[in-house]
Amino acid sequence: MSTQVTTPLNDPPRVTSELKADVRRVNFHYGERHALKNISLPVPQRSVTAMIGPSGCGKSTLLRCFNRMHDLYPGNRYEGEIILHPSNVNILSATIDPMEMRLKTGMVFQKPNPFPKSIFENVAYGLRLRRINDRKVLQEKVEQSLQAAALWDEVKDRLNHSAVKLSGGQQQRLCVARALATEPELLLLDEPTSALDPIATSKIEDMIFALKKSVTILIVTHNMEQAARIADFTAFMYLGELVEYGPTAQIFQNPKNPLTEKYLTGTFG
Amino acid sequence: MSNPLPAKIKRLRKRTAASNRQRMWRDVRERGIEGLLFMAAALSVLVTVGIVGVLLYESAQFFRHVSVVEFLTGTVWTPSFANPKFGILPLVSGTLLTTGVALAVALPVGTVVAIYLSEFAPFAVRELLKPMLELLSAVPTVVYGYFAIGFVAPMLQQVIPDLPTFSVLSAGLVMGIMIIPYVSSLSEDAMRSVPMLLREGSYALGANKIRTALGVVFPSALSGIGAAYILGVSRAIGETMIVAIAAGMQPKLTANPTEPAATMTAFIVQVSLGDAAHGSVEYQSIFATGLMLFLMTLTFNILGYILRRRFHQAY
Amino acid sequence: MLDSSRLILRGKRQDAIFNIIGILFTLVGIVTLAILVVDLMIDGSPRLSYQFMTSFPSRRPENAGILSAWVGTLMVISVTLATAVPIGVAAAVYLEEYAPKNWVTTLIEINISNLAGVPSIIYGLMALGLLVYQFKLGRSVLVGGLTLALLVLPIVIVATREAIRSIPGSIREAAYAAGATKWQVIRYHLIPYSMGGIATGTIIAMSRAIGETAPLITIGALAYVPFLPPPPVQSTAPFVNAEWLHSGFTVLPIQMFNWVSRPQAKFHENAAATGLVLIFFTLAINGVAMYLRYRIRKNLKW
Repeated sequence: MSTQVTTPLNDPPRVTSELKADVRRVNFHYGERHALKNISLPVPQRSVTAMIGPSGCGKSTLLRCFNRMHDLYPGNRYEGEIILHPSNVNILSATIDPMEMRLKTGMVFQKPNPFPKSIFENVAYGLRLRRINDRKVLQEKVEQSLQAAALWDEVKDRLNHSAVKLSGGQQQRLCVARALATEPELLLLDEPTSALDPIATSKIEDMIFALKKSVTILIVTHNMEQAARIADFTAFMYLGELVEYGPTAQIFQNPKNPLTEKYLTGTFG
Repeated sequence: MSNPLPAKIKRLRKRTAASNRQRMWRDVRERGIEGLLFMAAALSVLVTVGIVGVLLYESAQFFRHVSVVEFLTGTVWTPSFANPKFGILPLVSGTLLTTGVALAVALPVGTVVAIYLSEFAPFAVRELLKPMLELLSAVPTVVYGYFAIGFVAPMLQQVIPDLPTFSVLSAGLVMGIMIIPYVSSLSEDAMRSVPMLLREGSYALGANKIRTALGVVFPSALSGIGAAYILGVSRAIGETMIVAIAAGMQPKLTANPTEPAATMTAFIVQVSLGDAAHGSVEYQSIFATGLMLFLMTLTFNILGYILRRRFHQAY
Repeated sequence: MLDSSRLILRGKRQDAIFNIIGILFTLVGIVTLAILVVDLMIDGSPRLSYQFMTSFPSRRPENAGILSAWVGTLMVISVTLATAVPIGVAAAVYLEEYAPKNWVTTLIEINISNLAGVPSIIYGLMALGLLVYQFKLGRSVLVGGLTLALLVLPIVIVATREAIRSIPGSIREAAYAAGATKWQVIRYHLIPYSMGGIATGTIIAMSRAIGETAPLITIGALAYVPFLPPPPVQSTAPFVNAEWLHSGFTVLPIQMFNWVSRPQAKFHENAAATGLVLIFFTLAINGVAMYLRYRIRKNLKW
């Protein structure tokens, strides 16, 4: 299957021309498996970039490169660069400690993973890691984050209740609040609504829409309609390669690659 | 034309009758085997019944001579005196004191070891150290007793000059070392069952390994770790030979670990070695003591079982 | 706003410190074990000799030996082995293959789990009251062996159950499809496949039984045994007898305990030597079990 990167960096149209990150010729190996093949992709600032594609295409793998999650497991190897702006630093470089990226990004996972702590302490966890322990500051930031995650009204009276007792949709929004509390430069969402019901899903999508004014968001989704709804830019991946990239409208209405069209029309899932 | 058919049918009938009989015997045999196997399994219930029965029966005889109140609240235990006293509190305090010293070693060390092996140690290190640690629980307890009195006690006497040869401290310390693998092994299993997803959530926020281990993994595994602790307690309470050899045989109500003290288990051994006549009060007193011991460990075992159930339900 | 470089350094430092603490704490137990073995060897190895292995205990420490002790251990363990393994495997097979999910089964399982946590001396008390006096079996090798068998039964049961459970369903289905009865499947397929796990469990159980002292003291195993139980095999008819089962006896750990309890230092040497023999057996047996377990894990060729 031949692939090309379809959007060189100087191609219009892009509303925000500044990049948050720039993926350049990234290859990734899980042990023997070559999971990402020569991916090059811009990530514009303060916008939503979606990565879509069938299972196993490498979208989550690519996402997890941004916060060096793969470093947690032995036998993985990065090649290429992801340049973060404005610091102009290569995220994948071996000289950069993974923690540095994790302090700048926030991640929400496919399944909600609240810690066995109170709602308040869950959201405050990241802040405490950054040695912010002042009670008032914490309370303020926790409330802000829960508001942004559209969860504040539902939990404001029970902040010290256990987080695991919340419903699935609430837990996921809590995880979003937890990720937002540290004011990340880049928000990484790994199929955040795949385990949720439609109402919870739409709440989170509304929240993403509101958030993108201040945060750059990368979202992996299995649901192409979701990408169509909320993403400014969409990347279609298949078998570890980037097949096509562009503004969402163009990808969905006018895909340049026949493979993209096949995927969008449901010829293969 | 019609003649061969009846013969065929007769033969067929004979064959099915034979195979029916075979099948019947096979069923009987299968049923019989199942019955035998059931009895083997049910033996465990009989053993418990036997234990409880013997303990209760002999204790009942004992309590004909000694009042339950004196037994439970008395502070003097002198069964072999001319005017014997049977207050079990000195033995209970001896057991609790040695257990306390042992746990003061085993719980912290076992927990740290568990966190290290579960969250920090590379695969090769873990595969090497874990079996070596398990060897600690394979050494016969008499050997530990010898070590306690032959090596540990003299060493402690260098540091604590007035330490007697027999003391709760030397026995308790060695007992603690022996119990480490009980605590560490189960705690480690509990922690390793915590899903990676939870850890990833912590790392993704910028935590290092120890913050993740203490802030997320340990609390998640709490009921499993609690079950491990309880196993350690139960094992310490029931330990016999180390305390019989190294802690001394004088029942004494004390909270001072630098003194000798007798535990419930050591007392039972002492009487068994002696020549108390079958049916005497002294003989019966070991069953009353045993009953007390059994109830204490039973309580802890039940607690541990509940905790383990709670843990398995979560994961 | 965020001094990330300091945070990262702090994080790495904390992890490095705990790495060291973790290894040190893990070594505490292992180093203590090493010191214990070395201490035993220093105290006891001069005493190890042919004379030591073939003499009876004596009031003079130089003449004393562990003959009656290790013969007693062998006899008692053979009773334990012959009882615990069949019963344990049978119970495990029942629980894995036949037991319906009703209260009876739950009761049995709770009992097994509870018995594993009962202190060994309580088994001795039960055997004393029940087997020695009620059943009038006396303070004999038979009672000793049976007591230890009941003690280690949970170990055999759990190991066998795990071994059976790890057999994939496809093997059972294939056997049933070929027309085998339940018992035939168990006897000709499941048990042979579980042999590894059963062997490992048995070995661990026997290793535990060899080191047990408290229950045997309680049932009255004697500490000073200057005689051997009558041999099971003899040169006159009927050539084998069971007298040895009813004889008094002693075992290695009790002999060691007896010598440790004496004040004279020379007896302590004997105790150390006995300890070496004991440790050698238990560690060797455990080593075999670990090796077996390792091989089983590697060799599973379904």
